[in-house]
Amino acid sequence: MVERGETSSTGGSDGTQDPFPSAKKITKRPKYSRFTQQELPACKPILTPGWVITALILVGVIFIPIGLASLFASQRVVEIVDRYDEDCIPPSFKDRALGFIQDDNTDKTCIRKLTVPKLMKSPIYVYYQLSNFYQNHRRYVKSRSDKQLRSRKDESKTTNCEPEAFAGDKQPIVPCGLIAWSLFNDTYKFSVTNQPLAVNKRNIAWDSDREHKFGSDVYPKNFQNGRLIGGAKLNSSIPLNEQEDLIVWMRTAALPTFRKLYGRIEVDLEAGKEITVMIQNNYNTYDFGGKKHLVLSTTSWLGGKNDFLGAAYLAVGGICLFLAVAFILVYVLKPRPLGDPSYLSWNRNPAGHLN
Amino acid sequence: MSTGRPLLIPSPRTPNTPQTPSIPTYADLAKRSSGDLKPVSTMESNIAIDNTSSIESNYNSSSRRSISSHQSRMSGTNSVKEVILADLGSKRVRHGSRGTDSEFMSMSQKEINDDDARLVYINDPDRTNEKHKFTGNSIRTSKYSFITFLPRNLFEQFHRVAYIYFLVIAILNQLPQLAVFGRGASIMPLAFVLLVTAIKDACEDWRRHRADRIENNRLAWVFMNGQFQRKKWKDIRVGEIIKIQANDTLPCDMVLLSTSDPTGVAYVQTINLDGESNLKTRYAKQETLSKVPEKEKISGLIKCEKPNRNIYGFQANMEVDGKRLSLGPSNIILRGCELKNTAWALGVVAYAGRETKAMLNNAGAPSKRSSLETRMNLEIIILSLFLFALCTVVSFLAAVWLKRHKDELNIIPFYRKKDYSEPTPDHDDYKYYGWGLEIFFTFLMAVIVFQIMIPISLYISMELVRVGQSYFMIQDTNMYDEATNSSFQCRALNINEDLGQIKYVFSDKTGTLTENKMVFQCASIWGVDYGGGKASSQNDGVGNPVEVDRKILRPKMAVKVHPQLLELAKSGKDSPEGKHVHDFFLALASCNTLVPFLVDTSDPFVKLIDYQGESPDEQALAYAAAAYGFTLIERTSGHIVIDIQGERQRFDVLGLHEFDSDRKRMSVILGFPDKTVKVFVKGADSSMFSVIDRSLEKNVIHATEQHLHAYSSVGLRTLVVGMRELSSSEFEQWHSAFEAASAALMGRAALLRKVASNVENHLCILGASAIEDKLQQGVPEAIESLRMAAIKVWVLTGDKQETAMSIGYSSKLLTSQMTQIIINSSSKQSCKKSLEDGILMSSRLTTQSSFTNNTVGSSGAAVTSLALIIDGTSLVYVLDSELEEQLFKLASKCAVVLCCRVAPLQKAGIVALVKKRTSDLTLAIGDGANDVSMIQMADVGVGITGQEGRQAVMASDFSMGQFRFLVPLLLVHGHWNYQRMAYMILYNFYRNAVFVFVLFWYVLFTCFTLTTAVTEWSSMLYSVIYTSFPTIFVGVLDKDLSRRTLLKFPQLYGAGQRQESYSSKLFWLIMMDTIWQSVAIFFIPLFAYWRSTIDISGLGDLWTIASVVVVNLHLAMDVIRWTWITHAAIWGSILATGICVIIIDALPFLFGYWAIFHIGKTAEFWLCLLIIVVAALVPRFVAKIIYQHFSPCDIRVAREAEKFGNFRELERMEMEMNLMAEPQRR
Repeated sequence: MVERGETSSTGGSDGTQDPFPSAKKITKRPKYSRFTQQELPACKPILTPGWVITALILVGVIFIPIGLASLFASQRVVEIVDRYDEDCIPPSFKDRALGFIQDDNTDKTCIRKLTVPKLMKSPIYVYYQLSNFYQNHRRYVKSRSDKQLRSRKDESKTTNCEPEAFAGDKQPIVPCGLIAWSLFNDTYKFSVTNQPLAVNKRNIAWDSDREHKFGSDVYPKNFQNGRLIGGAKLNSSIPLNEQEDLIVWMRTAALPTFRKLYGRIEVDLEAGKEITVMIQNNYNTYDFGGKKHLVLSTTSWLGGKNDFLGAAYLAVGGICLFLAVAFILVYVLKPRPLGDPSYLSWNRNPAGHLN
Repeated sequence: MSTGRPLLIPSPRTPNTPQTPSIPTYADLAKRSSGDLKPVSTMESNIAIDNTSSIESNYNSSSRRSISSHQSRMSGTNSVKEVILADLGSKRVRHGSRGTDSEFMSMSQKEINDDDARLVYINDPDRTNEKHKFTGNSIRTSKYSFITFLPRNLFEQFHRVAYIYFLVIAILNQLPQLAVFGRGASIMPLAFVLLVTAIKDACEDWRRHRADRIENNRLAWVFMNGQFQRKKWKDIRVGEIIKIQANDTLPCDMVLLSTSDPTGVAYVQTINLDGESNLKTRYAKQETLSKVPEKEKISGLIKCEKPNRNIYGFQANMEVDGKRLSLGPSNIILRGCELKNTAWALGVVAYAGRETKAMLNNAGAPSKRSSLETRMNLEIIILSLFLFALCTVVSFLAAVWLKRHKDELNIIPFYRKKDYSEPTPDHDDYKYYGWGLEIFFTFLMAVIVFQIMIPISLYISMELVRVGQSYFMIQDTNMYDEATNSSFQCRALNINEDLGQIKYVFSDKTGTLTENKMVFQCASIWGVDYGGGKASSQNDGVGNPVEVDRKILRPKMAVKVHPQLLELAKSGKDSPEGKHVHDFFLALASCNTLVPFLVDTSDPFVKLIDYQGESPDEQALAYAAAAYGFTLIERTSGHIVIDIQGERQRFDVLGLHEFDSDRKRMSVILGFPDKTVKVFVKGADSSMFSVIDRSLEKNVIHATEQHLHAYSSVGLRTLVVGMRELSSSEFEQWHSAFEAASAALMGRAALLRKVASNVENHLCILGASAIEDKLQQGVPEAIESLRMAAIKVWVLTGDKQETAMSIGYSSKLLTSQMTQIIINSSSKQSCKKSLEDGILMSSRLTTQSSFTNNTVGSSGAAVTSLALIIDGTSLVYVLDSELEEQLFKLASKCAVVLCCRVAPLQKAGIVALVKKRTSDLTLAIGDGANDVSMIQMADVGVGITGQEGRQAVMASDFSMGQFRFLVPLLLVHGHWNYQRMAYMILYNFYRNAVFVFVLFWYVLFTCFTLTTAVTEWSSMLYSVIYTSFPTIFVGVLDKDLSRRTLLKFPQLYGAGQRQESYSSKLFWLIMMDTIWQSVAIFFIPLFAYWRSTIDISGLGDLWTIASVVVVNLHLAMDVIRWTWITHAAIWGSILATGICVIIIDALPFLFGYWAIFHIGKTAEFWLCLLIIVVAALVPRFVAKIIYQHFSPCDIRVAREAEKFGNFRELERMEMEMNLMAEPQRR
């Protein structure tokens, strides 16, 4: 590799360096491989105008139909939303909503009439929707004991459950913790033209929760018998894994406005029909300004009624198409040949690179 | 630089005991010349640094050496040299010379204080070790033992600030009030990193343990119980006598007592110690030579200095038989050396085990920090401020919320401040510590949650990336040097990316630009120029064979000979010309310190003569003399044998004055067979002409001066040779003075120097030799490339101005079109004036050119035509004075700066001068000990594995075989490293910040209570597994441009110099992008799932996966070369994230059990993911296109050219540009 000068060193430099052949010559030349020389075969994509425009158009072409389909699906969902928390306070209690709800002796029954705007195909999902209820509050989220829920022998494992860990005499509360304690306890009874409308409350919780998180041998104990009642009471003869309302409730919501599945109506509802709902308005959201809604909704392939995704898809797709057009104009009006050497800084400014 | 090499140890030979009191006459000498001559042994030179091994003293000593560039005999400048003049029977004759300052002298002469000394009782290890508890000879390079591994390793690992941060956060998280994450999850990343490092350390240490065990169990012959027995190395104790056989490795540092050689010489190879492969000589003291431990009990006391790491220094004295002898560095053989060409050697163990000099020198290179990393700290601080701001915002909002809801907190179902379970009427607050503390805790919890804002994993990634980059640099076959069999080495692991930003290169000359392989070119003898470089006819490539004892000896290296001169040399000394030629070559063959060794060849009757010595100039001269029929074939203690035209002649070496940098010459006093005594002197022209008798042969002197000028102007190194015959009275006078000086205890070197000066005068000029210092291969091209890359090349050399300039021309550093500003002053005032003139001239040229050339960068063109040449004397006045500023001003306008005759410390001073005044990065490259200072001073130090030992390499950050490898190193690897590292740092900031912002947005929807939707495991794994691998692989493997392009267009290097890939602007841009991306990731699902039944874990999983996909696709968008590894890393990461999320959600005891399966079944999830990815990346995509279209950077254009093959056009263009620029540049 290195050619030594034409004179002299016929002996080779190694010889002059080391007259004693004791050190055996091991060449230290690095072994050649495409990897070590960083010459692995590689694809070197480059953003050419063609690619840019293709990509942008592609996004537009894909996104706009998706957006349309989503919007369409969302539009087809029939949804009845009824806020009842304010209206279900009798006028005499208007200013004392908290007193009303905390008083055990007041009649909490409340009748609401809902009109079906369009044909609702079964299954119709019945949700309750709470607003301003922070199920994701740190204190709240942590206040549960998964171990206790799962098996009977861990009944007394109530770490993190405070202040709802023990009943007065150090008896563990099952299920313990704030989440269970604050279980939603409004109830709804539906009827259409005086015919009761059955609500199927089975299988409203996740199978995985029923099977693995809530034990079939765990029964409610000492539940809701403290001095402050948070919400629903549980039938202590039914094991936890069959208390589906609890299971649904315990799957804490991610956002402060959320819906929870209450049940399913498994008959179609004709448009214009009037549904009468008898609500037991027990749940106290008045002390923190939470709202309660009753929601009846069909579903589509995309879930519930939400135009946001469709709109977002249309917007992004539209922007991309617009950008594609804009770039086409740019490339046509102000083209730059790729790899044009005159754009190199030292060519634009010939002497500049020397300082 | 000089030919001087940092060498081991000269030969402070102890004087013989004065058995014969009489001073022998020369006649005696001649008579007895054949017998038991003692060696004249000064083949070694030395820098005997005094025992402080400080760099400072190193510089000093080597500086002196370096001055004498063309001086052939370089030797230890401040060493004490003693040479036994043979058989002056018993007389000690020392000669030597010393370097400038006498403080070293006094140091070397000073008595060793008893308190500072270690006392070694020879052959009495028990007594030796009784009081002093010296360490045994077992060594431990391993750091840990089984018991100490855990604590020590952890202690060492926690030296990194990053880990401490990690630890503090993890500890914070353990406090029950703050436990944001589960305990396991919060410790996991730290534990993971610690574990990986610990395993790595343990493996390394295991290897060291094994090596130690092997080393410690080697056997050596130790004198015990009246005989030599084998003993394990680890059991050797200080004070024991050991016997070393030929080719054995020394187990410890030992003071020589005797050797198989009757004169007490031992040859050692120090390759393990300093990398030099030539043999060094060591001497046993005369007094101990005859002692045989088996027969008589040897006893004595060695008082030596405390263990230190100076391998070139040793001082001690030895009391034997009631006499006190002084010991120097040549009397000790250090651990790790190998005994060569000596059947056996006896010695006393002086230092053992970890106190040996070799072990004390085991420290690594000093660590430097890359400028990118330093710059990065600023951004880290900004990120910390971000973190602080986020935490403050969260705690402020939390405070507001608590305040506003303080009346309701007691019963809000999701807060429930009061604990009603107790029957007592006055209810305790449950987990509520008061408003102030709650806010404080919120702040701390926010720190825990947002901790990865400070990218801890970045430090680890950077280390891994650097390891990978170093691997590829080492493996690069283009940086392998066949000649020295040396591949590229990375000695520093943390400044790889600095290689991409170098603006100044400071280069040594000899051995760096040139090969430091001297070749005799021509000679001027008695005023006649022979050759002038036109030498021809070669003797079949092999030097003049000489027949001895029916064996043919030939010099190992052939030299081109000048036929006419050869004719004259052969003609004998009958004619006047012949006589002069004869004397000239005799001087070349004798006036040196080379030792000829015979090397076997395949032909049993032919042996090669190999001149061993550390001065390449001397070797070149000796080979030249051999080629003309004056073959030095034997050098023993007191005589040399020279084969003169087939006739063996023996000369007595009566005295030798070693080279020193004050005199810049050396001389030898030869006793001729005809009983005349002549002194031969050779040295630098400046020093020689002052001692040459100018009254004689004026025209010869004049002609020689002219020839010298001609030689040096073509870049040859010149030496002047002179001689004088000594009359017997002169000889006597010299001899007694010499002897007195040699025997002096104080100021011996100064005395010897004086003696030398007295005899080296009134010389008759013989001629001058010219040696070519060949340029290394590819140097001009390399310099051209570096210049094109806008790197300023400064050459700092110890050579004289003419030589330096001639090398400058031949290496294309200087061109004839350049305006040279030469500063050559001898006082501060004149120096100042020249500097001012230079600045004036440069500004005049600048303005001129801006008239002629009306472009923006015109100044650049003008500057190229300026070259500054400054010498060391002027630098003395400039450095450390107010003139520094002016010099820098001037130098920064010059394209080329040549500093000649600079001392090593000045080299460092020049580097410091530039470093102080600019933020530009500097690189120093050199090969010798005199470059060590500048190599350490510069931001990047590169050592050339060359002829001059390994000191430069040891001090360097990178080492390689050839100067021209600088081009691939900087332009290719440096460029890549910089681009990769810069990108990786920004990317790491970005990817962590995106995640933190996603967490932060969520906090705003949880009453500011730091709930994380993302599971704690995912948030811990995010920076460890989900996103780290692609960045590391891209950081190691991605290439923005091919090697070929980078080499073809050195200007592309400018990207690094202009810091195009890492700047505050880029940081803020990427942070803005980060915020947008986090908004897209967070808010799209938020709106899509508002008022839905979504649970925390499901949404958290969506956010996790979306973040990982976005971040990895962001990277994918910036990847330039997609190899299969890149594909595997990026897509593999996304896949791994999916798998991890699935695993986490499949564990029933975790909070989010089965969430991913539920959400994954819905179309909404996938649609969200798709739109998040597109929406998050579109702005960046568009910005990238716009930027690339409207103001493409060089790299981008070159990449397009590379891809679409309009390279040819590019090249054509380039040529035109060059042609255009040529007139300006030249």
